[in-house]
Amino acid sequence: MNWQSVLRDCCGSAAAEHRFRDNICVTIPAESLHQVLSRLKNDAGFDMLVDITAVDYLDYPDAADRFGVVYCLLATGSGERLIVRVLLNEPDLQLSTAVDLWRGADWLEREVFDMFGIRFAGHPDLRRILMPDEFTSYPLRKDYPLKGRGERHNFAVITRAES
Amino acid sequence: MAIKSMVDNIFVTRLDAVANWARTNSLWPMPFATACCGIELMATASSRFDIARFGAEVMRFTPRQCDVMIVAGRVVMKMLPVLQRIWLQMPEPKWCISMGACACTGGVFDTYAVVQGVDRFMPVDLYVPGCPPRPEQLLRAVIELQNKIKKTGTFDGREFAERTTATGPSPLDPDEIQRLRDANLQLRVIQ
Repeated sequence: MNWQSVLRDCCGSAAAEHRFRDNICVTIPAESLHQVLSRLKNDAGFDMLVDITAVDYLDYPDAADRFGVVYCLLATGSGERLIVRVLLNEPDLQLSTAVDLWRGADWLEREVFDMFGIRFAGHPDLRRILMPDEFTSYPLRKDYPLKGRGERHNFAVITRAES
Repeated sequence: MAIKSMVDNIFVTRLDAVANWARTNSLWPMPFATACCGIELMATASSRFDIARFGAEVMRFTPRQCDVMIVAGRVVMKMLPVLQRIWLQMPEPKWCISMGACACTGGVFDTYAVVQGVDRFMPVDLYVPGCPPRPEQLLRAVIELQNKIKKTGTFDGREFAERTTATGPSPLDPDEIQRLRDANLQLRVIQ
């Protein structure tokens, strides 16, 4: 079974395909994400999850949705690559986890959560992975200032006499 | 005969001068190398530049055995508590060299995660500019530090007790406060 028929089975007409040269990207509804990934892995041979990342489309020309979560898949048998994209909007920033399909999704989903604040339901250990635990913002969101909100200055000052 | 040769081998000096002489020529660095400055630090220790000529070749990877901390490279906000703890673990007397543009000012990394100069949060004795500095510059800093110890050092370290105020820039300088106000204003507009 090829990926086109998997998408037709799972999403019907709700899947939108976009091609740039040999780069194939399909946008699917968020609620069918887990089923699509599972079928792509088990039926269409996309056995390797290369990356999970996200995009903030705030201030992006012609963008209707705020966030896009991107799954890059690779079929190691045929060498095919497929990019699966899910669009999300506040306040419902939740997706189902892919850890049960690929163990490697664990840290990738934690990174997306850390940087964009997108939650993954069913993730075994959804903590921050790069920023400190006490960090409160999601720094790769476009409405977060590049120089931060003062977090980098929030430390005790040690003078020479007291050290 | 014995007494005569003993007299030849005795000289009188000040205790401070002896302590400074000893400390000057056996600075044991704590290499806090986090980035490309660390590579230059390693080059400084190599035979071509040979920091051993100044008695500072004994890089120890435990702070308990070190005299001089060399902060080589950018320090991110997750690393700063570690840096401060290592600094506090070093025994007296101790000095700090801030090596490279990032350790001194944050350098090109003016972002939310990078501390804009370690001197905002801990005492620094010497700054080495450069991105990264040449090994010669670091050697120069070691020599300058030796001069500083010779001139200001005391046996019991009372020159440190006088430094009760932070010498670096304030963590939140006026520019930064203004920028944070602007950023918060912008946030309200977006929401």
